[in-house]
Amino acid sequence: MEALISIIIAVLTGCGIYLMLRGRTFPVILGLTLLSYAVNLFIFVMGRLQSGAPAVIGVGDHYADPIPQALVLTAIVIGFAMTAFLLVLALRARAELGNDHVDGREAAEDETP
Amino acid sequence: MSHLVILPILLPLLTGLLLLLVPKRQRRFVHLLSLLSTVLLTLVTLQLLFIANTGELVVYALGNWTPPFGIVLVLDRLSAVLLVLTSTLAFFSLLYTTADDVPQGGLSFHSLTHFLLLGVNGAFLTGDIFNLFVFFEILLLASYALLLRDKGAARAKAGLHYVVLNLTGSALFLIAVAALYGLTGTLNMADMALRVAEVAPADAPLVAAAAILLLLVFGLKAALVPLYFWLPRTYASASAPVAALFAIMTKVGVYTIIRVYTLIFGNEAGALANLALPWLWPLALITLVLGFIGALGAQELRIQIAYLVIISVGTLLAGVAINSEVALGATLFYLLHSTWISAALFLLADVIIRQRGAPADQIVSGPRLRQPLLLGSLFFACAISVIGMPPLSGFIGKALILQAASGTQAVWLWITVLSGSLAALTALSRSGSTIFWRTEESTVEARRADIWSLLAIFGLIGFSFGLMIWGNHAIEYTRGIAEQVMHPGHYIDAVLNHRPLQGD
Repeated sequence: MEALISIIIAVLTGCGIYLMLRGRTFPVILGLTLLSYAVNLFIFVMGRLQSGAPAVIGVGDHYADPIPQALVLTAIVIGFAMTAFLLVLALRARAELGNDHVDGREAAEDETP
Repeated sequence: MSHLVILPILLPLLTGLLLLLVPKRQRRFVHLLSLLSTVLLTLVTLQLLFIANTGELVVYALGNWTPPFGIVLVLDRLSAVLLVLTSTLAFFSLLYTTADDVPQGGLSFHSLTHFLLLGVNGAFLTGDIFNLFVFFEILLLASYALLLRDKGAARAKAGLHYVVLNLTGSALFLIAVAALYGLTGTLNMADMALRVAEVAPADAPLVAAAAILLLLVFGLKAALVPLYFWLPRTYASASAPVAALFAIMTKVGVYTIIRVYTLIFGNEAGALANLALPWLWPLALITLVLGFIGALGAQELRIQIAYLVIISVGTLLAGVAINSEVALGATLFYLLHSTWISAALFLLADVIIRQRGAPADQIVSGPRLRQPLLLGSLFFACAISVIGMPPLSGFIGKALILQAASGTQAVWLWITVLSGSLAALTALSRSGSTIFWRTEESTVEARRADIWSLLAIFGLIGFSFGLMIWGNHAIEYTRGIAEQVMHPGHYIDAVLNHRPLQGD
């Protein structure tokens, strides 16, 4: 179980970083989103993996750590807002710069494969 | 009385919300309310400064949860003095926009400014590392909006870089915080300090990795090499009052570096003691050098000033990396000076640019200014102070930092700072003489600088004079702060021994 989760986080982070290094704004935003998924999963896992344990004390002998679950909710909300903001910003940059390159370069001198 | 500590967070929040409700037609009213709120904020923070001055730490447990559970706000000397710095800076930046001909920040400039203050004040006060992340996000979101309010291709491009970089930074921050929580089981910084000191040897490398990841994040906020490339374009494309306010943003990064690497990973952290210092010291010096090169090569006045901000960050972090009480005291003195003076320079640059007409902020000869003598003298005073020439406060700050270094560190620091100051002197003489002396015969039709804008600039420079005149007291005070910061045991005790209030 731990190995599976680690591999998922690694793949998400890897894809996220690859996409963030692209030259167009849309892949960069997708990359950031993937990275934030990986981060959210990582925060969640930091409470250790358990199954069938409630996140409240006093119900049974076993309980899951509730704090990472609260943290991950906060992180999801903030990440969601930031992604929305970034999407609007990218659209505005596309309108004002005339292209969707992150450096706002002209289409002619820009040859991303 | 006991609720005073949370006022620097609540006051900007409520003002910001209230300002959103006021119809935009009533510009005067919006302005008055906004300024009034910052005056009130300044008074509150001054009162907090007096409270902190007694040496007692004030711990405010939100929701009355006993630490280390729940979120705490902690007021010590360091946070108190930075709160005063923020509120004065906000007051003068807002005062600058009073005049009609000054670029008005557009629709929700004032409420966004107060939300920015909310984030900055919260970051200075909080004693919880995840809460620090939340306040970082608040101040960043406000800063994105402030930066991108106005249209323009340059602004959109600089803004895009700024936002993407900071979002990446936030992701790394979360990874570091989550890893620290997973390994120590706490988010309270005081409690974490105790647990890091006795961390199991098997976990130590992971904790160290998280700590260095945090340094990366704070370095991005503070504009440390190699993470400063976003700063010059961003600051230069922001409107003047926003750029002046942003002078505090890099200092938030410096503050968090001081706080985290003295409290959690400081002298008493056992196996992980001072683990950031070997990284911080060379990076700070390289930041200094690149800042000086940037200032020398800058083609535009505002870019040059932005590089001066980077230089101040390098100097500050070099002072932090020396890791002694004397050096930290000197660093804090320099921090106060450099924040006020860089804000003054950004405001002054805006006045100069509006009187120059077509060349705007290009450092080329252009039409004569409308008020060359007044603006020239102000520029001269700012330049002397920011370079660190006697008699103004920059000199005192730099001399104190240089004095605090010893051994081989002293050699490196003296060489870098002194040769760098020469470079800054050259750079500023070039821009100053080009703008004020190598002028054409013509003048452009420009309005005289507004009295309120000038008052704001005078006020900010006045702090530099104040730091010079009452230098003795200021140095003594900053040394007191450093003493408190370098002995985190007191902070840890105050937080962990805090008892919930017994109410009815």
